[in-house]
Order: sequence, then structure tokens, then C-alpha cells
Amino acid sequence: MDQPLILAVQGACYRYPGAPTDALADVSLEVSAGELHAVLGPNGSGKTTLLRVALGAAAPRLGTAVILGRAAATWAPRDLARVVGVVTQREDNLFPQRVRDTVTLGRYARLPRWGAESEADRAAVDQALTRCDAEQLADRWVWTLSGGEYQRVRLARALAQEPRLLVLDEPTANLDLRHEMELFELVRALVDRDHLAVVLVTHHVNLAARFADRVLLLAGGKPAGSGAPAAVLTSDSVARVFDWPVAVNAFDGRPQVTPQRHSKDDP
Amino acid sequence: MKALALGSVAVVAMVLAVVLGPAHVPLADLATSEIVRSLRLPRAILAFLVGGALALSGAGLQALVRNPLADPSLLGISGGAGLGAVVAIALHVTNPWAVPLAAFVGALGAMGLVYRLGIMGSGGVGLDSATLLLAGVAVGAFAAAVTTSIVSLSDAAQLRNAQLWLWGGLSGASWQTVALLCVYAPVPVLALLASARSLDLLALGEEPARHLGVDVPPLKRRVYVAASLLTAAAVAVSGVIGFVGLVVPHAMRLLWGHRHRPLFPAAFVGGGALLALSDTAARVVVAPRELPVGIVTALVGVPVFVLLLRRWTSR
Repeated sequence: MDQPLILAVQGACYRYPGAPTDALADVSLEVSAGELHAVLGPNGSGKTTLLRVALGAAAPRLGTAVILGRAAATWAPRDLARVVGVVTQREDNLFPQRVRDTVTLGRYARLPRWGAESEADRAAVDQALTRCDAEQLADRWVWTLSGGEYQRVRLARALAQEPRLLVLDEPTANLDLRHEMELFELVRALVDRDHLAVVLVTHHVNLAARFADRVLLLAGGKPAGSGAPAAVLTSDSVARVFDWPVAVNAFDGRPQVTPQRHSKDDP
Repeated sequence: MKALALGSVAVVAMVLAVVLGPAHVPLADLATSEIVRSLRLPRAILAFLVGGALALSGAGLQALVRNPLADPSLLGISGGAGLGAVVAIALHVTNPWAVPLAAFVGALGAMGLVYRLGIMGSGGVGLDSATLLLAGVAVGAFAAAVTTSIVSLSDAAQLRNAQLWLWGGLSGASWQTVALLCVYAPVPVLALLASARSLDLLALGEEPARHLGVDVPPLKRRVYVAASLLTAAAVAVSGVIGFVGLVVPHAMRLLWGHRHRPLFPAAFVGGGALLALSDTAARVVVAPRELPVGIVTALVGVPVFVLLLRRWTSR
């Protein structure tokens, strides 16, 4: 592992104001360039809190969060946006917008305060659209896009930032099988070809197991396993974390989880 | 092309404002006429500046609170200004600057109060948009209640003056008010123009905007203060003029799209042209008497607003 370390969260504890217990307790996460790191856990397990701490939006009570050697909370938003691209779970479109315009917003942190977009900015937007197989969508209105197209466009906007770290928060929540696979293949290609570091937050165990280099399993804000998918995702650990009996089988050399039915005598 | 058309409308509006009026001034005498030089010209320019200020601050506030139906009068500033003006009228202060000054102070008071409440709503960091809107409506309603109780206790002449002021009018225009606004307005106008691109990102939501590089809390504070200061000055010199800040930004969004860089200047020019035209109508239709210009903008603005509302809800 000689790729540079991009994100390092070490022993982070975080407690929301007024809460009796930690929402995040002694969690560590290290992500290097060219690595896809999945953060897995059921709803309310601290995934979103970990992201907030990792990106400097929340200061940890104990422990540290460091991006490219600098404490996450000390980055100005504009500087951070040049190295980290985030695809959030949801966003609004207050006003109707075309795809190319929304992807151009990704260039914001690289534009001079008063100047207009340069040829280089337009080229970066075109390239981002092409990498996400979205160049044919460029002139469409955002509100006419399907769910899968929209996620590709949002990914393109994050790529237009030319980041070194990409953070994806449940990127395939509303997508069908094909669009889900397309998006994950695309992300995997970005990791392998362009050596992006990717943090993928999801509760889809099987997709994470299939595509991630490493996984962090969270339960109730505490780490329940960290490392290669095959080492972390055992039937015991998954059953305990998600509170449901499962069977784990290997497929393509990766663990795949199948939830058990309560009564075994079903056909 | 659109810019040329808008520019022509503005020029026509200014020419009409100078040529038309209750007193007939022959075209040949326009340049030398005292009526034109000391009455109509400063008034036309003031109307343009006030209309532009209201429309620009409306466009900024709509982006700030992420609500396309926001308007400068919705944030309590006009209410505070109205209260200040009515207090000055009731106290019989004779200095001609007393009413505008009192209105300005009232507007700043309302702005400060709404700002405090907005900060509280976000837990002390930035401004919470929903709280800002609610606080604005509440402060405005309170100020209106106090204003009305003062008006109801006043004698007939004061009542008429207060009522006229509350509906807006530019009859107090002079070269001094124009000069004052020309010195005052550039700072908030530039602050808004400098925030234009960041506001494009805020339309996606605060979290996506932050991830794209926007420092959201200072942006919201800057836009709120700039838009409020602009509104406060406009209201202080002209009274409460409604609908310009709501209707003009929307009309310009239809023509220019939603990117704030081109939208802001277009809104300023459009608002200026609309108010110059409205003021001309207010002076001419019932000459030699005058309608409060707020009535004209409301008579034009309300039907347009209803049409816009139908567009927004039918989407």
C-alpha cells in the first residue's frame, strides 16, 4: 500500500449536544488513493455522524479527523471542495436547471471570485460528463431525468470538482438493479483508473462486499469490524449488526449475504 | 437582445416620466423647464433607484430563504419602517428629513430583531431560513398593529398623511434624496452582486452548497443584511411599495433563467423601469391629484402575482 493516505479518522468519539451517550465511539477510518472503502451499518448506526466528523462539519469529542495531513475542521469550505467531492443523499432543485449548468456548479471552488468560467472549466465539465456517460444528457432539464441519470449527473458534478476523495452517501437508494450496478461499476473504474479515494456509505451489504476494497462495519456508533470484506462480513458479524439471521456464501470470491426466513420449512 | 429590449423599456420609462405630468411642458422647452429639472427628473431617477433596489433585494431574499414567494415586505422591514414613519408623523416633527429618518430607524430595528431571531433559530451559527421567514412575518404583523393603533388615535390630517405614506409615494423626491441613495446603495448592491454565484449553489440546499465550496453561514448573513439595508433605504425615501420586489425578479427569471449573475442586474433595471412607469401613471391618471404609487404597483402586481402562483403550483 504505497498510495498516499487521503483521509484518516482515528479513535473518533462524537456526542450530540444533550445526548446521554456517544453517537460515535472510538471509530477509525483510513482511506488511501485508489481505494474504495465502504462504511456499512443499519439505520442509526452512526454512518452519517462519521461522515460529518470526517468532513469537518462536526468536531470530535475525542480522536482526530485529518484530510491530506490537515485537521478536517480547519479546512475552509472552498479549499475542501477542491479535494473532496460529496454526493449527498438528497438535494433540492429550487429553480429549474439544465444538466450542464448543474455540473458547472462543481467548478465553483476553482473559479476566481469575479471571473467567468474559462476554457479549462468547460473542458473539465465535458470530461466529467463523459466519464459518467452523461454527455448526451448535457442539454436536458434536470427535472426530466430518471433516477439513474440524475445520480450520474450528480456524480459528474462531484468529478468536475477534480477531487482526490469522493464521498458517496447511499448513492443508489432509489435505483433499480441495472442502474445500481452501472453506478457501482463506474465508481470502481474511477478508483482503479484514476486512483480516486472513495468512501461509500450504504446499508447494502452485498454491493459493498462486491465492490469495496475494505469495509468498516458500524453498530450503535461502535466499530463492529474493519478490513477486507471476506474477513469482516461473516454470518455472525452481519447477523449481530443487522439483528437478523443471515447466511454468507462466496460469489466471485466475495462474501454475499442472504437473509434467512424465520421458518425453514417454506418452499 | 433581451438586454437591449430591457434597456429600451427602461429608457422609454424614463422618457415618459420626464415628458408626462399634470403640467403641460412643450417638448421644445424640456431641457430648460424648471418643472422638469427640479421636479420630474429627480423624481424619475429616484423612482428608478427605489424600484431597482426593491427588485434586487427581492431576488436576493428569494434565493436566501430558498422560497420563490419571498418579498422584501415579508421580512418585517417595511412594517418597521412604517411604524417609524407614523411615529414621526404623529409627533408633528416638521423637519422634512424626520419621516424618512424615522422610517429608516424603524426598518433597521425590525431588521435587527428578525436577524436575532433567525440566529436563535439556527442555534447560534448561521441564519435559519424558516425562522427568518416566520420572524419576519411576526415582526411585521406586530409593527402593523402598533402602526394602526397610532393612526387610529391621530387627527384627520395626520391620518391622511400616514395613510398616504403607508401606501408609498415619491413626491418627496429631490436631488438630495437622489444623491443620498447614490452614495448609500452601491455597498449593498455590490455585496449582493458578489454573492450571486454562491446563491446559485444555495438553491441546491445548504449541505450540497457547502460540499461544493460555499461558506454558507457568512453568505446568508451577508445577503440578508445587504438586502435589508437596501430595502430599508428604499422604504425610507418612498414609503411602502409592494410587489415590485416579488413580481419583477420572477419576470426576470422567466426571461434570464435562474443564474443570479445575469439575473441581479436585470432585476435592478426591470424594477427601476416598472417603478418609473408606475409613478408616471400615479401622477397622471387622476391629475392634478396623485395616487400613492404602491396602489399602482399593487393593481398591476397582484394579477401578475396570481398568474405566477398558478404557474408555480401547476408544475
